[in-house]
Amino acid sequence: MITQTPKVGRRSFIIGSAAVGAGLALGLKIPFGASVVRAQDGSPEITAWVVIRPDDTVVIRIARSEMGQGTLTGLAQMVAEELECDWSKVTTEYPTPGQSVARKRAWGDFSTGGSRGIRDSHQYVRQGGATARVMLVQAAADAWGVPASECSAANSVITHKPSGRTTTYGKVAEAAAKLTPPANVSLKDPKDWKLIGKSVKRLDTMDKLTGMQVYGADLKLPGMLNAAIKDCPVFGGKVKSFEAAKVTGIPGVRHVVPVGDSAVAVVADTWWQAKTALDALPIVWDEGPNAQVSSATIAEMLKAGLDAEQAFVGNQNGDAKAAIAGAVKKIEAVYAYPFQNHAPMEPMNATAKYTPDRCEVWGPTQNGEAAFAAVLDASGLPADKCEFYKVHLGGGFGRRVAYQDYVTQAVLIAKQVPGTPVKLLWTREEDMLHGRYHPVMQCKLVGALDASNNLTGLHMRLSGQSILSAVRPAALQDGKDPLTFQGLNATGDFAIGYTIPNLLIDHAMRNTHVPPGFWRGVNINQNAIFLECFVDELAHAAGQDALEFRRKLMSKHPKHLAVLNAVADRAGWGKPAPRGVYRGLAQMMSFNSYVAACAEVSVTAGNKVKVHRIVAATDPGYAVNPAQIERQIAGSFVYGLSALFMEECTVKAGRIEQTNFHAYDSMRIAQMPKVESIIMPSGGFWGGVGEPTICVAAPAVLNAFFAATGKRIRTFPLKNHGVQMV
Amino acid sequence: MARLTINGRSLEVNVDPSTPLLWAIREQVGLTGTKYGCGVALCGACTVHVDGMAVRSCVMTVSSAVGKQITTIEGLAANGVLHKVQKAWVDNEVPQCGYCQSGMIMAVAGLLKDKPRPTDADIDASITNICRCGTFQQVREAIHAAAKA
Repeated sequence: MITQTPKVGRRSFIIGSAAVGAGLALGLKIPFGASVVRAQDGSPEITAWVVIRPDDTVVIRIARSEMGQGTLTGLAQMVAEELECDWSKVTTEYPTPGQSVARKRAWGDFSTGGSRGIRDSHQYVRQGGATARVMLVQAAADAWGVPASECSAANSVITHKPSGRTTTYGKVAEAAAKLTPPANVSLKDPKDWKLIGKSVKRLDTMDKLTGMQVYGADLKLPGMLNAAIKDCPVFGGKVKSFEAAKVTGIPGVRHVVPVGDSAVAVVADTWWQAKTALDALPIVWDEGPNAQVSSATIAEMLKAGLDAEQAFVGNQNGDAKAAIAGAVKKIEAVYAYPFQNHAPMEPMNATAKYTPDRCEVWGPTQNGEAAFAAVLDASGLPADKCEFYKVHLGGGFGRRVAYQDYVTQAVLIAKQVPGTPVKLLWTREEDMLHGRYHPVMQCKLVGALDASNNLTGLHMRLSGQSILSAVRPAALQDGKDPLTFQGLNATGDFAIGYTIPNLLIDHAMRNTHVPPGFWRGVNINQNAIFLECFVDELAHAAGQDALEFRRKLMSKHPKHLAVLNAVADRAGWGKPAPRGVYRGLAQMMSFNSYVAACAEVSVTAGNKVKVHRIVAATDPGYAVNPAQIERQIAGSFVYGLSALFMEECTVKAGRIEQTNFHAYDSMRIAQMPKVESIIMPSGGFWGGVGEPTICVAAPAVLNAFFAATGKRIRTFPLKNHGVQMV
Repeated sequence: MARLTINGRSLEVNVDPSTPLLWAIREQVGLTGTKYGCGVALCGACTVHVDGMAVRSCVMTVSSAVGKQITTIEGLAANGVLHKVQKAWVDNEVPQCGYCQSGMIMAVAGLLKDKPRPTDADIDASITNICRCGTFQQVREAIHAAAKA
């Protein structure tokens, strides 16, 4: 076997591991101080965010995880904007969570979910760049014996204007690193940005085209063994027994080990040997009481919640129940949204090396700090004896953010093979059976129209699973899960775009044994379908155009309205569509961005749906890299429409029934609509990009499907109704 | 033991001959650009060329690959010059997470060998790889760009 040193190892060890240990022991006083902090190659660190090499290479540290969404490039653009460096000389690296602990979280939050990569760190990363620029300029001024105010910086070159002298960042970096950083730096006015807002090329493309990019699943360490794992297929079940002797004689097999009380792993020379032996290993499960649960029993439980007395109120004004009681016309509908798995292309994995004195783990995670915490927990070692190295992710979509279960498993296996690195890689089947699923939710909507067909009241009753109850119970508010109401709140970054005189949105929490997780878009996926399809139903009942009906409710929500108008205008709403093509609209506020879509579909033979085109608009406040935003919009539609048409995880005898892509399909290129993006940043706020647009794809297509067929489908995925995406 | 020819090199691999070619490539030869996604030929992440044809290596055994010319993503560029598909992928900034892209690129390179100027219908019929990030819009643009190159 050829062993390659993982590239990630070189990149991630930004300070030599010896230095990290020393730093921890001495309580390293960084990022700012008199002594120079050095990267592993000896280059000086100017601020925690910026290392400059003598050849003028600028290394920008990125704390958030890159998983395809482009945050690595976007964050580097923000640092570089203020640093005034030569963009062609920029490279990036990940600090490790262990270094973060030692440096009192110098890089802030590592968590990469909720479309927060840029919107939650824009201020401090720009300050990191600006502070470094001021120090570099000061160092040059000091060397020349001139006031810094006479010097300027551009493109990594510092110029003393009166004399015309110049120097470069690389030449003054050593001196700059010794300076005391200024306490306050001012940031540029957005109108002066040169790099932010520009569609510069991603920094991480080339290795992905040549097979050189190392993902977690690709890691190789000297002497490494490989593990395959099976966890009890019924959530909450345990291992009763397994017959290791049946497989220990198989070539390559080294160990058969329990992992916690619910899983078994085979450790072998190669992963294929481990997987093959695991398939042959007799395991008896103690499935426990959850084995009685099925999709039908869960649906019954949720259905009962639709009319339950008790519910958490998420948004309320006026008296919706009275308005409904007094309605001239009452419209009612019940929708249901299924469990869905993330199914990133790269299955879960992590590589761990454990000795009683040190535990190191390499893996793909959306939250390096959470993965580090999982290493501490599972190894039982203190922080200064552990490290976690982030490796590039083959997709995340939320699966690798709130749960580091695969990291814990890898450490538990490695502890049983001390001194030997072990790479744990899940099969696709394990990934399907042990996801952290999009929560299941039903919704009953009742709307009231008066004699003039004005909407006077709306009651929206959600019934279903709470993600926070499972992943962060401390974040519940007197039992209420505020995240359940994403897109339906009165104010904030998920605010509803309609003013309805009497409104009640409440949630009957009905939790299941199926573990829920944050799934790209999270709860706004189902909320957008419920709200935006039902608003269409109301418009139809009122005999009004779907756009005009919405506009009347949106006069106090100008940013919501602006994106809706933009897609309607571009798509030609109100003008004839091509023959056989029908349009549908949707709008939401999502992760602090305003998003809307107009879908154009045709339906043949009553069930074959072609989505021809989707015009999408987003107002994210500021658009850091428009080309990448376009790609996130189009990509989010692939994820969202795959879910709408094809994806459901059903439960039978307590376990998920779908085991691979044959039963849990995903869109192919033939089904891809033409996506036209309108990026219309209005400034003054920061919205997300990776997730916001996903939520408008499904309701826009469903509303177009209704326009084409007169049929409302209210339970998903559409394949359950014989409806195909072609 | 089996002898495979991968990217022009003849290599001895020490595996059971029933082992899928994918795992011999990844674990014995050490070329990890070819990815595991599903193991049952549904997703295409493991696509390589066998005697010039795009093949899903997760369901092809080592024994059936003996004596054939195997090309992986690492062998697509010739003498350090990117293949025209790789070049088009750079220009159109196709990859997001990138995990499926080795297989996607190999599938497209295979298509262009058969049909140097594919229509959209040709693309729809022959490119069936799964991409969960959803890069299809850029993939289609890049295929047409590569065809014109």
